[in-house]
Amino acid sequence: MLRFLVRRVLGAVLILFVISAVTFFLFFALPSDPARLSCGKGCTPELLATIHHNLGIDRPLPEQYWSFLTGIFAGRDFDGQWCSAPCLGFSFVNHQPVLDTLLNRFPATLSVALGAAALMLTVGVGLGLIAALRRGKTVDKVSMAACLVGASVQIYFFGIIARYLLVDELQWLPQPGYTSPFAAPGAWFGGMVLPWITLTVVNAATYARYTRSSMVDTLGEDYVRTARAKGLSSWGVYIRHAWRGAMTPVVTTFGIDLGLFLGGALITETTFNIHGIGKLAVDSVANSDLPMIMGTVLVAATAMVLASIAVDACYAVIDPRVRLR
Amino acid sequence: MTPPSVQSGPFLSVRDLQVRFATEDGVVRAVDGLSFDLRRGQTLGIVGESGSGKSVTSLAVLGMHDRSRTTVTGRVTFDGTELIDATEKQLQSLRGNRIAMIFQDPLTALSPYYTIGAQIAETYRRHTGASRSAARARAVDLLGRVGIAAPGRRADDYPHEFSGGMRQRAMIAMSLVCDPDLLIADEPTTALDVTVQAQILDLLGDLQREFDTAIILITHDLGVVANTAHEVLVMYAGRAVEHGATQQVLTRPRHPYTEGLLRSVPRLHSDVDEPLVPIPGSPPSLLAVPAGCPFHPRCAHRERVPGDDCVTRRPALAEVGHAAACHLPEEPREVLAQQHLQP
Ligand SMILES: Nc1ncnc2c1ncn2[C@@H]1O[C@H](COP(=O)(O)OP(=O)(O)OP(=O)(O)O)[C@@H](O)[C@H]1O
Ligand SMILES: [Mg+2]
Repeated sequence: MLRFLVRRVLGAVLILFVISAVTFFLFFALPSDPARLSCGKGCTPELLATIHHNLGIDRPLPEQYWSFLTGIFAGRDFDGQWCSAPCLGFSFVNHQPVLDTLLNRFPATLSVALGAAALMLTVGVGLGLIAALRRGKTVDKVSMAACLVGASVQIYFFGIIARYLLVDELQWLPQPGYTSPFAAPGAWFGGMVLPWITLTVVNAATYARYTRSSMVDTLGEDYVRTARAKGLSSWGVYIRHAWRGAMTPVVTTFGIDLGLFLGGALITETTFNIHGIGKLAVDSVANSDLPMIMGTVLVAATAMVLASIAVDACYAVIDPRVRLR
Repeated sequence: MTPPSVQSGPFLSVRDLQVRFATEDGVVRAVDGLSFDLRRGQTLGIVGESGSGKSVTSLAVLGMHDRSRTTVTGRVTFDGTELIDATEKQLQSLRGNRIAMIFQDPLTALSPYYTIGAQIAETYRRHTGASRSAARARAVDLLGRVGIAAPGRRADDYPHEFSGGMRQRAMIAMSLVCDPDLLIADEPTTALDVTVQAQILDLLGDLQREFDTAIILITHDLGVVANTAHEVLVMYAGRAVEHGATQQVLTRPRHPYTEGLLRSVPRLHSDVDEPLVPIPGSPPSLLAVPAGCPFHPRCAHRERVPGDDCVTRRPALAEVGHAAACHLPEEPREVLAQQHLQP
């Protein structure tokens, strides 16, 4: 177990290093110049050069990347302004510390992610189980058809229509958005409902289909037949025996999705104007805000890497034959 | 003077059992008109090549076929209860309790996700409502009885931590946990080496004597049948082709298929130079079983039957005594039996 953790965490650090390096060098491969924005209308080459110098992007790239890395582990000095470790630098746009902004935005993303993950897992796995147990029957056909529709719907399409109908027209839901659940739980919940529903509609189909097919496979296993031959009731067989074997592929997908969500649901956050990591990422790309881009990419990558470690740990919990090494 | 006891009838009675699967390629007639009886404390051996319908028969007795895709007709009477049209609830309370099953492959038949002890205890709790600790104690006790060393510790192992022989023992322990009246053992020893095989068969014999259990022993190993079964039923293409007391069937086979089976197995006592003769050809597809006698395309004695009965008429099997479903007149059948006796 310890060996597993050490090995995986080292691997994770390596992956994050590679991802940050790729992002960094890709940024400079793009034609956009972050100085342009702050230079404004009456931009002269001299002014541009000064801004480049102030932003620290006139130095050689490897040197810049090295400062970025050392900043994370040892802190960094920005022209007399000390940024303590872990330092991700200051935004090119609003000159706030990147880390503070990320921490500030993360609760919104976390709210969307956890709520949506729970809802889509419940709905998707539930539908899949029912379809598997009633396979070939009407319930099965209807829910699988619904899944097909759900899977082909786009977030912005469904989100905008749902928002128009439920919020603007019928006024059943408040405007989507993030409020702190500690300050106003009711408002927090109301603002989250639409993003949760949207992500569920779009993603639950995958879970329903995975659950269904893996449940159908598992129901054909010998040990499920044994469970029936022991005299267990149908539910005993499904819940205690078949379901456990059927969960592995679902856990994999769920881990990946949760990781993706925690890195910021880009389209959802943009569609519903939720100020989370996803919207921050989109905005910082639009503004060529390199430190902020690096920050959001690192958050997303960390979420993914942690999710994949968690998935592997879950396998070992589900299946005693799996040893963590 | 005394009225005939209800007990005197067979404990398990199967009449004209038919099991058909609807598949994409057509209807599979996996069992086609099978009848047999079994009394308490007796063992019936069912033998036949792979695919002859042995496992399908045993699942039908437990009412385990998926009713939406399988047609099961005929009668299966267990201790006075009709099983074919029993409700799922009735069947559930019999399964694992009064009728238990030992499955063919213990590696896949045991759940990989629960410990051996938990799987045994689960059956016991389901049918007795015993407490967790009582069920566990019972599981450990049974593991010890089937010859697992340090059962208290091994009960917490998972199936993949057991050897093949131990898994089979665990499977047997699981089937015996509620002291069943009828035990169906589907190739309980096929995957095991000869010593372990003998131990397991001895174990089943002991338990049978202790609890007066009726056993259906499914196997394609005639040696196993010779040592353990009181009666033998030989199956071919979903039908019974020969039926009788073990001693008679094995020494004086009356059906050419049984004779063929016997000739194709090595025998310890016989002369070394007695050649092994496999049955030519292979069993028919159950989608299209040959008309008449299903064995006729492979039969060595067909030309001894006058006319074309073998091809057109399905031979019947008498329900009593030593019987064979064969058109050969009695006399050549005796010859067949004699032939086999002489090396
Ligand atoms: N659910 C099913 N659907 C369709 N065909 C089936 C089904 N179950 C069994 N069969 C077919 O029925 C026939 C009899 O199968 P069965 O498992 O009873 O054979 P068996 O005598 O137990 O053989 P073996 O010695 O290999 O275990 C086979 O041809 C098999 O393919
Ligand atoms: Mg079989």
